[in-house]
Amino acid sequence: MSVRAVAVDAYREAAPALAASVVGGLFAGVVLGGMRGQLRIVEGLLVLVPALLATRGNVYGAFGARLATGLHQGVVEPHVTAGDERLRAAAAAAMSNGLIASVFAALVAFLTLVVLGRPVADVWTLVGVAFVAGLLSGVALTVAVVAVVFVGFRRGHNPDTLVGPLVTTTGDVFGLAFLVVAVRVVVGGG
Amino acid sequence: MLLALTVVEVGSGLVLGSFEATLLAHPSLLVLVPVTIGTAGNLGSILASRLSTAFHLGTLSFDPADDQLAGNAVATVALALTLFPIVGVGAWGLATLTQGADLAVETVVVVASLSGAALAVLAVVVTVAATYAAYRFELDPDDVVIPVVTNVCDVLGVLVLFGVVELLV
Repeated sequence: MSVRAVAVDAYREAAPALAASVVGGLFAGVVLGGMRGQLRIVEGLLVLVPALLATRGNVYGAFGARLATGLHQGVVEPHVTAGDERLRAAAAAAMSNGLIASVFAALVAFLTLVVLGRPVADVWTLVGVAFVAGLLSGVALTVAVVAVVFVGFRRGHNPDTLVGPLVTTTGDVFGLAFLVVAVRVVVGGG
Repeated sequence: MLLALTVVEVGSGLVLGSFEATLLAHPSLLVLVPVTIGTAGNLGSILASRLSTAFHLGTLSFDPADDQLAGNAVATVALALTLFPIVGVGAWGLATLTQGADLAVETVVVVASLSGAALAVLAVVVTVAATYAAYRFELDPDDVVIPVVTNVCDVLGVLVLFGVVELLV
Protein backbone atom coordinates (compact mmCIF):
# COMPACT_ATOMS: atom_id res chain seq x y z
CA MET A 1 0.00 0.00 0.00
CA SER A 2 1.18 3.53 -0.73
CA VAL A 3 1.55 6.18 2.00
CA ARG A 4 -1.59 7.86 0.73
CA ALA A 5 -3.60 4.64 0.78
CA VAL A 6 -2.45 3.82 4.32
CA ALA A 7 -3.27 7.38 5.46
CA VAL A 8 -6.74 7.37 3.90
CA ASP A 9 -7.43 3.92 5.33
CA ALA A 10 -6.21 4.92 8.82
CA TYR A 11 -8.18 8.17 8.71
CA ARG A 12 -11.42 6.44 7.67
CA GLU A 13 -11.02 3.73 10.28
CA ALA A 14 -10.22 6.11 13.11
CA ALA A 15 -12.44 9.12 12.36
CA PRO A 16 -15.83 7.72 13.51
CA ALA A 17 -14.46 6.31 16.78
CA LEU A 18 -12.45 9.46 17.42
CA ALA A 19 -15.43 11.69 16.65
CA ALA A 20 -17.51 9.64 19.09
CA SER A 21 -14.77 10.02 21.68
CA VAL A 22 -14.74 13.79 21.12
CA VAL A 23 -18.46 13.86 21.89
CA GLY A 24 -17.79 11.76 24.99
CA GLY A 25 -14.87 14.01 25.94
CA LEU A 26 -17.06 17.08 25.67
CA PHE A 27 -19.60 15.45 27.98
CA ALA A 28 -16.79 14.65 30.38
CA GLY A 29 -15.91 18.34 30.12
CA VAL A 30 -19.44 19.34 30.99
CA VAL A 31 -19.28 17.05 34.05
CA LEU A 32 -15.94 18.63 35.01
CA GLY A 33 -17.38 22.11 34.36
CA GLY A 34 -20.27 21.25 36.68
CA MET A 35 -17.86 19.92 39.33
CA ARG A 36 -16.58 23.32 40.31
CA GLY A 37 -18.42 22.94 43.62
CA GLN A 38 -16.75 19.57 44.42
CA LEU A 39 -13.38 20.91 43.26
CA ARG A 40 -13.68 23.73 45.79
CA ILE A 41 -14.87 21.45 48.64
CA VAL A 42 -12.11 18.83 48.25
CA GLU A 43 -8.90 20.79 47.80
CA GLY A 44 -6.38 18.87 45.70
CA LEU A 45 -9.08 17.02 43.77
CA LEU A 46 -8.22 18.79 40.49
CA VAL A 47 -4.59 17.68 40.89
CA LEU A 48 -5.84 14.12 41.18
CA VAL A 49 -8.13 14.31 38.11
CA PRO A 50 -5.54 13.60 35.36
CA ALA A 51 -4.05 10.72 37.34
CA LEU A 52 -7.40 9.09 38.01
CA LEU A 53 -8.57 9.50 34.41
CA ALA A 54 -5.25 8.24 33.07
CA THR A 55 -5.32 5.21 35.37
CA ARG A 56 -8.60 4.19 33.76
CA GLY A 57 -7.04 4.66 30.34
CA ASN A 58 -3.85 2.80 31.26
CA VAL A 59 -5.33 -0.16 32.98
CA TYR A 60 -8.37 -0.70 30.79
CA GLY A 61 -6.55 0.40 27.63
CA ALA A 62 -3.95 -2.33 28.22
CA PHE A 63 -6.78 -4.77 29.01
CA GLY A 64 -8.50 -3.81 25.73
CA ALA A 65 -5.27 -3.99 23.72
CA ARG A 66 -4.66 -7.50 25.07
CA LEU A 67 -8.13 -8.57 24.10
CA ALA A 68 -7.63 -7.02 20.64
CA THR A 69 -4.31 -8.75 20.03
CA GLY A 70 -5.75 -11.99 21.37
CA LEU A 71 -8.65 -11.71 18.93
CA HIS A 72 -6.30 -10.95 16.02
CA GLN A 73 -4.17 -13.97 16.87
CA GLY A 74 -7.24 -16.12 17.42
CA VAL A 75 -6.39 -17.13 21.02
CA VAL A 76 -9.39 -15.26 22.45
CA GLU A 77 -12.88 -16.09 21.23
CA PRO A 78 -15.22 -13.12 20.90
CA HIS A 79 -17.83 -14.60 23.26
CA VAL A 80 -18.30 -14.11 26.98
CA THR A 81 -18.28 -17.52 28.60
CA ALA A 82 -18.06 -17.90 32.35
CA GLY A 83 -15.32 -20.49 31.99
CA ASP A 84 -12.93 -18.37 29.93
CA GLU A 85 -9.98 -18.25 32.30
CA ARG A 86 -7.88 -15.95 30.15
CA LEU A 87 -10.62 -13.34 30.05
CA ARG A 88 -11.47 -13.60 33.75
CA ALA A 89 -7.83 -13.38 34.83
CA ALA A 90 -7.24 -10.34 32.62
CA ALA A 91 -10.35 -8.61 33.99
CA ALA A 92 -9.42 -9.35 37.62
CA ALA A 93 -5.87 -8.10 37.08
CA ALA A 94 -7.19 -4.91 35.48
CA MET A 95 -9.56 -4.23 38.40
CA SER A 96 -6.94 -4.70 41.10
CA ASN A 97 -4.32 -2.66 39.21
CA GLY A 98 -6.89 0.10 38.77
CA LEU A 99 -7.62 0.25 42.51
CA ILE A 100 -3.97 0.14 43.57
CA ALA A 101 -3.05 2.92 41.13
CA SER A 102 -5.99 5.11 42.22
CA VAL A 103 -5.10 4.91 45.91
CA PHE A 104 -1.42 5.40 45.11
CA ALA A 105 -2.24 8.51 43.02
CA ALA A 106 -4.19 9.97 45.95
CA LEU A 107 -1.25 9.38 48.32
CA VAL A 108 1.30 10.90 45.91
CA ALA A 109 -0.93 13.91 45.21
CA PHE A 110 -1.49 14.46 48.94
CA LEU A 111 2.22 14.22 49.81
CA THR A 112 3.27 16.47 46.92
CA LEU A 113 0.74 19.15 47.83
CA VAL A 114 1.82 19.02 51.50
CA VAL A 115 5.49 19.33 50.51
CA LEU A 116 4.69 22.24 48.19
CA GLY A 117 2.67 23.87 50.97
CA ARG A 118 -0.43 24.06 48.79
CA PRO A 119 -3.90 23.66 50.34
CA VAL A 120 -5.12 20.04 50.42
CA ALA A 121 -7.99 18.06 51.96
CA ASP A 122 -7.10 15.41 54.59
CA VAL A 123 -5.47 12.23 53.35
CA TRP A 124 -8.39 9.90 54.14
CA THR A 125 -10.79 12.03 52.15
CA LEU A 126 -8.57 11.96 49.06
CA VAL A 127 -7.78 8.24 49.38
CA GLY A 128 -11.43 7.40 50.07
CA VAL A 129 -12.65 9.39 47.08
CA ALA A 130 -10.02 7.77 44.82
CA PHE A 131 -10.90 4.26 46.05
CA VAL A 132 -14.67 4.59 45.67
CA ALA A 133 -14.33 6.25 42.26
CA GLY A 134 -11.83 3.58 41.13
CA LEU A 135 -14.08 0.72 42.20
CA LEU A 136 -17.24 2.04 40.55
CA SER A 137 -15.61 3.11 37.30
CA GLY A 138 -13.59 -0.14 37.18
CA VAL A 139 -16.72 -2.29 37.13
CA ALA A 140 -18.36 -0.06 34.50
CA LEU A 141 -15.25 -0.03 32.30
CA THR A 142 -14.60 -3.77 32.37
CA VAL A 143 -18.13 -4.39 31.14
CA ALA A 144 -17.85 -1.64 28.49
CA VAL A 145 -14.50 -2.81 27.12
CA VAL A 146 -15.47 -6.48 26.83
CA ALA A 147 -18.86 -5.65 25.29
CA VAL A 148 -17.63 -3.14 22.71
CA VAL A 149 -14.47 -5.02 21.68
CA PHE A 150 -16.33 -8.31 21.23
CA VAL A 151 -19.35 -6.86 19.47
CA GLY A 152 -17.15 -4.65 17.27
CA PHE A 153 -14.92 -7.58 16.34
CA ARG A 154 -17.87 -9.80 15.48
CA ARG A 155 -19.21 -7.05 13.20
CA GLY A 156 -15.90 -6.84 11.38
CA HIS A 157 -14.35 -3.73 12.97
CA ASN A 158 -10.69 -3.65 13.88
CA PRO A 159 -10.66 -3.85 17.72
CA ASP A 160 -7.37 -1.89 17.77
CA THR A 161 -9.08 1.28 16.59
CA LEU A 162 -11.99 0.79 18.97
CA VAL A 163 -10.08 0.26 22.21
CA GLY A 164 -8.25 3.58 22.60
CA PRO A 165 -11.14 5.97 22.00
CA LEU A 166 -13.62 3.74 23.79
CA VAL A 167 -11.53 3.52 26.94
CA THR A 168 -10.55 7.17 27.06
CA THR A 169 -14.10 8.31 26.41
CA THR A 170 -16.08 6.05 28.67
CA GLY A 171 -13.16 6.24 31.10
CA ASP A 172 -13.41 10.02 31.28
CA VAL A 173 -17.19 10.23 31.47
CA PHE A 174 -17.51 7.35 33.97
CA GLY A 175 -14.37 8.49 35.78
CA LEU A 176 -15.64 12.03 36.36
CA ALA A 177 -19.25 11.05 37.01
CA PHE A 178 -18.17 8.44 39.58
CA LEU A 179 -15.76 10.99 41.04
CA VAL A 180 -18.75 13.22 41.79
CA VAL A 181 -20.54 10.20 43.32
CA ALA A 182 -17.42 9.32 45.33
CA VAL A 183 -17.12 12.86 46.71
CA ARG A 184 -20.77 12.66 47.80
CA VAL A 185 -20.26 9.23 49.39
CA VAL A 186 -17.07 10.17 51.23
CA VAL A 187 -17.67 13.82 52.10
CA GLY A 188 -21.47 13.75 52.01
CA GLY A 189 -23.81 16.49 50.89
CA GLY A 190 -22.88 18.60 47.85
CA MET B 1 5.42 0.84 35.51
CA LEU B 2 1.80 1.70 36.29
CA LEU B 3 2.88 3.46 39.48
CA ALA B 4 5.60 5.43 37.69
CA LEU B 5 3.05 6.59 35.13
CA THR B 6 0.72 7.57 37.98
CA VAL B 7 3.45 9.81 39.43
CA VAL B 8 3.86 11.44 36.01
CA GLU B 9 0.11 12.05 35.90
CA VAL B 10 0.12 13.65 39.34
CA GLY B 11 2.78 15.95 37.88
CA SER B 12 0.40 16.96 35.11
CA GLY B 13 -2.28 17.42 37.78
CA LEU B 14 0.02 19.90 39.53
CA VAL B 15 0.30 21.89 36.29
CA LEU B 16 -3.48 21.80 36.05
CA GLY B 17 -3.76 22.84 39.70
CA SER B 18 -1.44 25.77 39.07
CA PHE B 19 -3.92 27.34 36.63
CA GLU B 20 -6.97 26.19 38.59
CA ALA B 21 -8.02 29.84 39.09
CA THR B 22 -8.09 30.53 35.32
CA LEU B 23 -9.97 27.27 34.70
CA LEU B 24 -12.55 27.91 37.42
CA ALA B 25 -13.05 31.43 36.03
CA HIS B 26 -13.57 30.23 32.43
CA PRO B 27 -15.85 27.17 32.27
CA SER B 28 -15.31 26.79 28.52
CA LEU B 29 -11.61 26.15 29.17
CA LEU B 30 -12.48 23.68 31.95
CA VAL B 31 -14.79 21.87 29.50
CA LEU B 32 -11.89 21.76 27.04
CA VAL B 33 -9.55 19.97 29.51
CA PRO B 34 -10.79 16.34 29.32
CA VAL B 35 -11.50 16.44 25.58
CA THR B 36 -8.09 17.91 24.70
CA ILE B 37 -6.22 15.49 26.92
CA GLY B 38 -8.43 12.60 25.81
CA THR B 39 -8.17 13.30 22.09
CA ALA B 40 -4.41 13.75 22.30
CA GLY B 41 -4.17 10.42 24.13
CA ASN B 42 -6.50 8.81 21.60
CA LEU B 43 -4.53 10.01 18.60
CA GLY B 44 -1.41 8.56 20.17
CA SER B 45 -3.04 5.33 21.26
CA ILE B 46 -4.70 4.64 17.87
CA LEU B 47 -1.35 5.20 16.19
CA ALA B 48 0.42 3.05 18.80
CA SER B 49 -2.16 0.29 18.53
CA ARG B 50 -1.94 0.23 14.72
CA LEU B 51 1.84 0.30 14.73
CA SER B 52 2.05 -2.44 17.35
CA THR B 53 -0.33 -4.69 15.42
CA ALA B 54 1.66 -4.03 12.21
CA PHE B 55 4.74 -4.86 14.26
CA HIS B 56 3.23 -8.14 15.57
CA LEU B 57 2.16 -9.07 12.03
CA GLY B 58 5.65 -8.22 10.76
CA THR B 59 4.57 -5.54 8.25
CA LEU B 60 6.31 -2.59 9.95
CA SER B 61 9.81 -1.30 9.36
CA PHE B 62 11.34 1.73 11.09
CA ASP B 63 12.13 3.78 8.03
CA PRO B 64 10.66 7.30 7.60
CA ALA B 65 9.71 6.26 4.06
CA ASP B 66 7.87 3.16 5.32
CA ASP B 67 4.28 3.24 4.01
CA GLN B 68 2.70 2.04 7.28
CA LEU B 69 4.70 4.51 9.36
CA ALA B 70 4.33 7.59 7.14
CA GLY B 71 0.70 6.91 6.22
CA ASN B 72 -0.37 6.51 9.84
CA ALA B 73 1.56 9.64 10.85
CA VAL B 74 -0.12 11.70 8.11
CA ALA B 75 -3.55 10.36 9.14
CA THR B 76 -2.87 11.34 12.78
CA VAL B 77 -2.12 14.96 11.89
CA ALA B 78 -5.07 15.12 9.47
CA LEU B 79 -7.42 13.79 12.16
CA ALA B 80 -6.25 16.47 14.61
CA LEU B 81 -6.58 19.28 12.09
CA THR B 82 -10.15 18.31 11.22
CA LEU B 83 -11.36 17.44 14.74
CA PHE B 84 -9.99 20.14 17.02
CA PRO B 85 -11.80 23.13 15.48
CA ILE B 86 -15.05 21.19 16.06
CA VAL B 87 -13.90 20.43 19.62
CA GLY B 88 -13.48 24.18 20.19
CA VAL B 89 -16.95 25.03 18.93
CA GLY B 90 -18.44 22.16 20.95
CA ALA B 91 -16.69 23.13 24.16
CA TRP B 92 -17.73 26.75 23.78
CA GLY B 93 -21.33 25.80 22.95
CA LEU B 94 -21.70 23.37 25.86
CA ALA B 95 -20.04 25.72 28.34
CA THR B 96 -22.29 28.56 27.19
CA LEU B 97 -25.37 26.36 27.53
CA THR B 98 -24.54 24.93 30.94
CA GLN B 99 -22.49 27.64 32.65
CA GLY B 100 -23.07 30.86 30.65
CA ALA B 101 -20.77 32.51 28.11
CA ASP B 102 -17.38 33.57 29.39
CA LEU B 103 -15.09 33.81 26.33
CA ALA B 104 -15.58 34.60 22.63
CA VAL B 105 -16.19 31.53 20.46
CA GLU B 106 -13.17 32.42 18.25
CA THR B 107 -10.87 32.42 21.27
CA VAL B 108 -11.94 28.91 22.31
CA VAL B 109 -11.71 27.60 18.71
CA VAL B 110 -8.22 29.05 18.26
CA VAL B 111 -7.10 27.64 21.64
CA ALA B 112 -8.45 24.18 20.69
CA SER B 113 -7.07 24.17 17.12
CA LEU B 114 -3.62 25.38 18.05
CA SER B 115 -3.39 22.89 20.94
CA GLY B 116 -4.62 20.10 18.65
CA ALA B 117 -2.10 20.78 15.89
CA ALA B 118 0.80 20.92 18.35
CA LEU B 119 -0.40 17.78 20.11
CA ALA B 120 -0.77 15.74 16.90
CA VAL B 121 2.84 16.39 15.93
CA LEU B 122 4.02 15.59 19.47
CA ALA B 123 1.85 12.42 19.54
CA VAL B 124 3.47 11.11 16.34
CA VAL B 125 6.99 11.78 17.65
CA VAL B 126 6.31 10.17 21.04
CA THR B 127 4.51 7.14 19.58
CA VAL B 128 7.13 6.33 16.97
CA ALA B 129 9.91 6.79 19.52
CA ALA B 130 8.16 4.56 22.08
CA THR B 131 7.36 1.84 19.53
CA TYR B 132 10.94 1.90 18.32
CA ALA B 133 12.23 1.69 21.91
CA ALA B 134 9.96 -1.30 22.60
CA TYR B 135 11.30 -2.97 19.47
CA ARG B 136 14.92 -2.30 20.44
CA PHE B 137 14.43 -3.54 24.02
CA GLU B 138 12.37 -6.51 22.83
CA LEU B 139 9.30 -5.58 24.87
CA ASP B 140 5.73 -6.28 23.80
CA PRO B 141 4.50 -2.98 22.34
CA ASP B 142 0.91 -3.76 23.46
CA ASP B 143 1.95 -3.71 27.11
CA VAL B 144 4.45 -0.89 27.00
CA VAL B 145 3.82 1.58 24.20
CA ILE B 146 0.15 2.39 24.69
CA PRO B 147 0.44 3.27 28.40
CA VAL B 148 3.58 5.36 27.82
CA VAL B 149 2.08 7.15 24.82
CA THR B 150 -1.28 7.85 26.46
CA ASN B 151 0.36 9.25 29.59
CA VAL B 152 2.94 11.33 27.82
CA CYS B 153 0.17 12.69 25.59
CA ASP B 154 -1.94 13.46 28.71
CA VAL B 155 0.88 15.41 30.27
CA LEU B 156 1.69 17.13 26.98
CA GLY B 157 -2.03 17.85 26.59
CA VAL B 158 -2.10 19.73 29.90
CA LEU B 159 1.21 21.49 29.18
CA VAL B 160 0.24 22.51 25.63
CA LEU B 161 -3.19 23.69 26.78
CA PHE B 162 -1.55 25.63 29.62
CA GLY B 163 0.91 27.23 27.18
CA VAL B 164 -1.76 28.14 24.62
CA VAL B 165 -4.09 29.54 27.32
CA GLU B 166 -1.26 31.64 28.81
CA LEU B 167 -0.49 32.91 25.31
CA LEU B 168 -4.01 33.73 24.15
CA VAL B 169 -6.38 34.23 27.09
